[in-house]
Amino acid sequence: MTAKVITVTSGKGGVGKTTTVANIAVALALGGKKVVCIDGDIGLRNLDVVMGLENRIVYDIVDIVEGRCRTRQAMIRDKRLPELFLIPAAQTRDKNAVSPSDMVRLCDELRPEMDWILIDSPAGIERGFRNSIAAADKILIVTNPEMSAVRDADRVIGLLEAEEKNSPSLIINRLNPNLVKRGDMLSVDDVYDLLRIEVIGIVPEDENVIVASNKGAPLSMEAKARAGQAFRNIARRLNGEEVPFLDLDSHSLWDRIGKFGWRK
Amino acid sequence: MTDSTLIQIKGMRDGLLVSLGDAGWPVVQQALIERIEQQPAFFQGARLALDVGNQALKSSELSSLRDKLSEYGIMLWAILSVSPVTENTAQILGLATRVAKSRPAEARTIKKSDEESALWVNKTVRSGTRIEHDGHIVVLGDVNPGAEIIAEGSIIVWGRIRGVVHAGAKGNQNAVVCALDLSPTQLRIAEQIAVSPERRGKSTPEVVRIKDGQLQAESWIQG
Ligand SMILES: Nc1ncnc2c1ncn2[C@@H]1O[C@H](COP(=O)(O)OP(=O)(O)OP(=O)(O)O)[C@@H](O)[C@H]1O
Ligand SMILES: [Mg+2]
Repeated sequence: MTAKVITVTSGKGGVGKTTTVANIAVALALGGKKVVCIDGDIGLRNLDVVMGLENRIVYDIVDIVEGRCRTRQAMIRDKRLPELFLIPAAQTRDKNAVSPSDMVRLCDELRPEMDWILIDSPAGIERGFRNSIAAADKILIVTNPEMSAVRDADRVIGLLEAEEKNSPSLIINRLNPNLVKRGDMLSVDDVYDLLRIEVIGIVPEDENVIVASNKGAPLSMEAKARAGQAFRNIARRLNGEEVPFLDLDSHSLWDRIGKFGWRK
Repeated sequence: MTDSTLIQIKGMRDGLLVSLGDAGWPVVQQALIERIEQQPAFFQGARLALDVGNQALKSSELSSLRDKLSEYGIMLWAILSVSPVTENTAQILGLATRVAKSRPAEARTIKKSDEESALWVNKTVRSGTRIEHDGHIVVLGDVNPGAEIIAEGSIIVWGRIRGVVHAGAKGNQNAVVCALDLSPTQLRIAEQIAVSPERRGKSTPEVVRIKDGQLQAESWIQG
């Protein structure tokens, strides 16, 4: 086994990175894979809350880096899905407690035992972001169909290109097809037209996401929810399956990707 | 052991200015790290501007140095170089390429303003990137909203302009801006400023120049 390291980042805050990590992790684990999530948002941790594991934290990532515990001891096993683990962030330290090379070392240690390592990046392009992308094999950029979020995504894509990382893939989260139809929200096309990177997921706005997060039970655990299905589809695409997009508003997306897919 | 004359350190108003001597990049980089390890407390928490002379650096080289420095608690914020390649790399990485204190005069004369040279940018220029050049700038790709292109000469974009472009930035009235699709946030030539009109219909390639003291756009396609 050699795990692939996936980092989920965005530039802008609050667009759904943590939600995405939790849901994709659950979906991959439901498919029988060994998955560990790492919360890279030191000082503002919340992946543990969304995954419903907060009350089981003893050690965190800073404890690992500073040698106060072994990596295994800081890995919280999800009771619902025994192949799903979380390494929580420290709540009381700042981002400088971890360096990019610490992240590389930690991931290298985890790689042989896992199928997937998912890293939840903080918002912004500062140290916490740099830590989170240091070990990434693949980067997923989450954005909302909203100009300010798309601009920040563009900025991050530019930074990743400058660092000669593999081309990232895009998740468009919180799409509301009705607003798009009324012309009050950017469409998938509009977003793709500007960013021009592979789209790996389109997730609808769905209040059940919020309900699920509050319960600490990511929505992709529930068979019926639409947003949950969208997240499960992303997991399948990461596994190399070809899965059509949910029928939201994306009918013309394929034409465009066909036409423009080769462009940088 | 490395040669300590490779590293020159000066205090500036807003941090340290470190000038690297002439030697291969691995050698000067190593010398810099050794110097830092001799005086870690001095460097801890510093804001660093680095003058790399005429080294032509790729983004992977600059970003790995920045990561390395950050592990010593050093914030690399500016790169000074006489190499346009390195300046461009630094700008793409979001690092400053000018500092308040003026650069040594001899460095300036090596890079004399050359109106006829062009900077070749072989990709889409994304939000947050500012590319400046003292000749022309040619972009093979789009100029996205939030990006800025500033040239003393002309700007040619084989793609869409949706960000800010400024041609003839030092006052050259003969500079032009051309693009396949022109819908800039703001377009300037010399002192003239225009914002994009609401677009109707299909876009065509256009060239913008100063005519009779005003910015005028002309379709590139005859008829
Ligand atoms: N598809 C969706 N539909 C409805 N609500 C959503 C959706 N995705 C995320 N949310 C909600 O948006 C809020 C922000 O999500 P989340 O915490 O995942 O963002 P984030 O990018 O991790 O934020 P931060 O930058 O602060 O880390 C949460 O309340 C979450 O439940
Ligand atoms: Mg988050």
